[in-house]
Amino acid sequence: MFSTETPSHGGIPFLRAFLCVSVALCEFAFSTPAQAVQVLRKGNEVEPETLDPHKAQGISAANILRDLYEGLTGEAPDGSVVPGAAERWEVADEGRSYTFFLREGARWSNGDPLTAEDYAAGLRRSADPRTGSKYSQLLLPIENADAVTSGRLPPEALGVGALDAHRLQIRLRAPAPHFPGLLTHHATFPVHRPSLAAHGERFARPGLLVGNGAYRLDQWVMQSHIALVRNTEYWDAAQVAVDRVVYYPTENAAAELKRYRAGELDWTGTVPQNQMPWVRQNLGAELHATPYLGIYYYGFNLTRAPFRDNPKLRRALALAVDREILAGKIAAAGETPAYGWVPPGTAGYAPVIAPWASWPAERRLAEARRLYAEAGYSAERPLEVEIRYNTHADHKKIAVVVAYMWQQALGVRTRLINEEWKVFLQSRRFKRDTQVFRASWIGDYDDPSSFLELFRCGNGLNDTGYCNTAYDALLDAAAAQTDSGLRRARMQDAERLLLEDLPVLPMYFYVSRHLVKPYVRGWRANIMDHHYTKHFRLPPH
Amino acid sequence: MWSFVLKRLLSAIPTLFLLVALTFFLMRVAPGGPFDAERALPPEVQAQVEAAYHLDEPVWRQFGRYLGGLMQGDLGPSYQYAGYTVNELVAQGFPVSLQLGMAALLLALLLGGGAGILAALKYNGPADHGIMALAMTGLALPNFVVAPLLVLAFAVTLAWLPAGGWDGPASLVLPVLALALPQVAAIARLMRGSMIEVLGQGYVRAARAKGLPEYRVVLVHALKPALMPVLSYLGPATAQLITGSVVIEQIFSIPGLGRHFVQGALNRDYTVVMGVVVFYGALIILFNLIVDLLYGVLDPRVRQR
Repeated sequence: MFSTETPSHGGIPFLRAFLCVSVALCEFAFSTPAQAVQVLRKGNEVEPETLDPHKAQGISAANILRDLYEGLTGEAPDGSVVPGAAERWEVADEGRSYTFFLREGARWSNGDPLTAEDYAAGLRRSADPRTGSKYSQLLLPIENADAVTSGRLPPEALGVGALDAHRLQIRLRAPAPHFPGLLTHHATFPVHRPSLAAHGERFARPGLLVGNGAYRLDQWVMQSHIALVRNTEYWDAAQVAVDRVVYYPTENAAAELKRYRAGELDWTGTVPQNQMPWVRQNLGAELHATPYLGIYYYGFNLTRAPFRDNPKLRRALALAVDREILAGKIAAAGETPAYGWVPPGTAGYAPVIAPWASWPAERRLAEARRLYAEAGYSAERPLEVEIRYNTHADHKKIAVVVAYMWQQALGVRTRLINEEWKVFLQSRRFKRDTQVFRASWIGDYDDPSSFLELFRCGNGLNDTGYCNTAYDALLDAAAAQTDSGLRRARMQDAERLLLEDLPVLPMYFYVSRHLVKPYVRGWRANIMDHHYTKHFRLPPH
Repeated sequence: MWSFVLKRLLSAIPTLFLLVALTFFLMRVAPGGPFDAERALPPEVQAQVEAAYHLDEPVWRQFGRYLGGLMQGDLGPSYQYAGYTVNELVAQGFPVSLQLGMAALLLALLLGGGAGILAALKYNGPADHGIMALAMTGLALPNFVVAPLLVLAFAVTLAWLPAGGWDGPASLVLPVLALALPQVAAIARLMRGSMIEVLGQGYVRAARAKGLPEYRVVLVHALKPALMPVLSYLGPATAQLITGSVVIEQIFSIPGLGRHFVQGALNRDYTVVMGVVVFYGALIILFNLIVDLLYGVLDPRVRQR
């Protein structure tokens, strides 16, 4: 018998067939076009590892978690922060204390009341190192989060507490204007404590998962699909139009495109870079390529020669790369050249641009040659360097072009080394073999700190080994500011210093790429590329 | 015969052990671990996670622990999918791969066998040449080339069949076809060769001399002995279908074991890779045994040995 379900669901074939037929007949008999079930089929890149909001990682899991759960705050279709499970909040103590007021009558998907303590417990669990959360650093603005995530204090010491069933207080260690936005992240979501206590690690599975979002988990067939259906207990259920949303893992972007063209998907998670010209020409009206809070860059390993203590060489290499060509001709999906680190469009920020961005090409090249010579290299004694990237045709293309630009401008001899993803991650982290390495960064939340914090001394994600105490001091100064204008100014100072030191070579700012069928209504581009299913409609088509 | 079966089953144990040991240590040699991600975990969290899965223990002890579990049929927890065991993943993926593999095997036997017999009967005629040319093409084209072409033709351009996924019998057609084609070709060639040989035998001539209709000569007298080489090819064919399904499942987004295997290897999900290898290893050994037993059913001379 043909079945996509697990054997335990097997049962007696003819009984199932009978049921299927009768259900189909019922649906046929009672449904009118106006009541037709709206099913949205989304391509979703990789299979999520888990739907436990505190253990999940990656973009594809986050897409699903935003439907299954709701944070204290949420996002409007344009990405702006709006009330979520909390209908409002009050800020006190110069931005160091937040009180969130939960909606009256809010419920979990099984009908249990949703309380402030559920959120407090969720935040404590997320910060607890025993949980193994990948995003516990996001909680750092909360009082004592640093000590809790590193295991020095128990989770109970975290600065969160339920004042009563509907009021949750969160104390911050310093004012953080982006804090309400942070609460849209799944690392801050609540968990249904009785399910967690009863089922342990298995609580995030179909039949067991209890959420508080607009949808609830109906089905998860590993490597095939994850299906969610409307949560009738959701406070705003009357406004939710799509009845069922199915997420398909589609690691292979070319295969995803084929399924989209064959009408099996209403939405793609991405569009393969090498197919962009074809897509633009043939499916232009369905293509959405819009600015995304992410950057493609090369990192320099500052712990080893030749880049250690050699800012002139780094600068020479950065000047010799023509970003207009990389963004416009190679990536070519609408990416913008990166002359700074924080992407344009980041909330409440004016990006810093390297002063040489406006120079004509000849002046940039002349300066690059001058710095290259000052760093001790010449045509007779050229720099020999390795670019390391994870195996992928798109990364290879960029590396070949960059190597060519360096060779043309300075006579650098470049060797390209590609490595399988996990091998690559390890060599990058160990900093033993790397010289120049490919990297990218997608902001976790819409604030410059999501980008700038990366380069703090000893940050685990800082694979360049960059450490400048002046830079850290500027970030600290920014974090302590209550005035948003001064906070922005300190951050800009930090970014300016970063562009002076150049531990990285920024190349271009990403665009998010999706194909969306014309009958899917409600699409709005936003810089975080967050699209809640509850905002969509599927009129009969 | 039972002692033969028992002997074969016992000899499978060291083979499987070797397979387990080799896979286990090769996996650990590969750089990068199951919990390495672009977003590095804070060291204290990483330590907690690794301890929870006993990855902080010496490798030989991990190996002992794994063998101990294996003896009880426990393939361990998946490192990648928190809250799922490898047994569950195998139970979820195998029925899918089995349907895919069996359908492909059946198609290969029917199509390949039929084409082979036809070619033998029209020996050196245009039909024979045509079939063999097609078979050579089928053998030469790897399925990762054929599959996307099939998708382009039948799913994207003609929109007759789904381009991927696993819902409804229609989604079975293209992957089965892509998986079966190389086997169709191989079986057609084998069948043709052995059929030509058998048709030249004395007893076939005798059957014809008796005035039997041609279909009876072929299906009753010639087919059974001619099937022997095809049958002995079924062992390797199954192994090839399994490895082929790894590729096909990836291309068609089919939630079978092959896809778990590939994703498991990329994610360094040690236990999933081990589980699939052990499971398929046991399956291939079992299938070879069945083929050997079938041999005895078809050929009395083998039974007597």
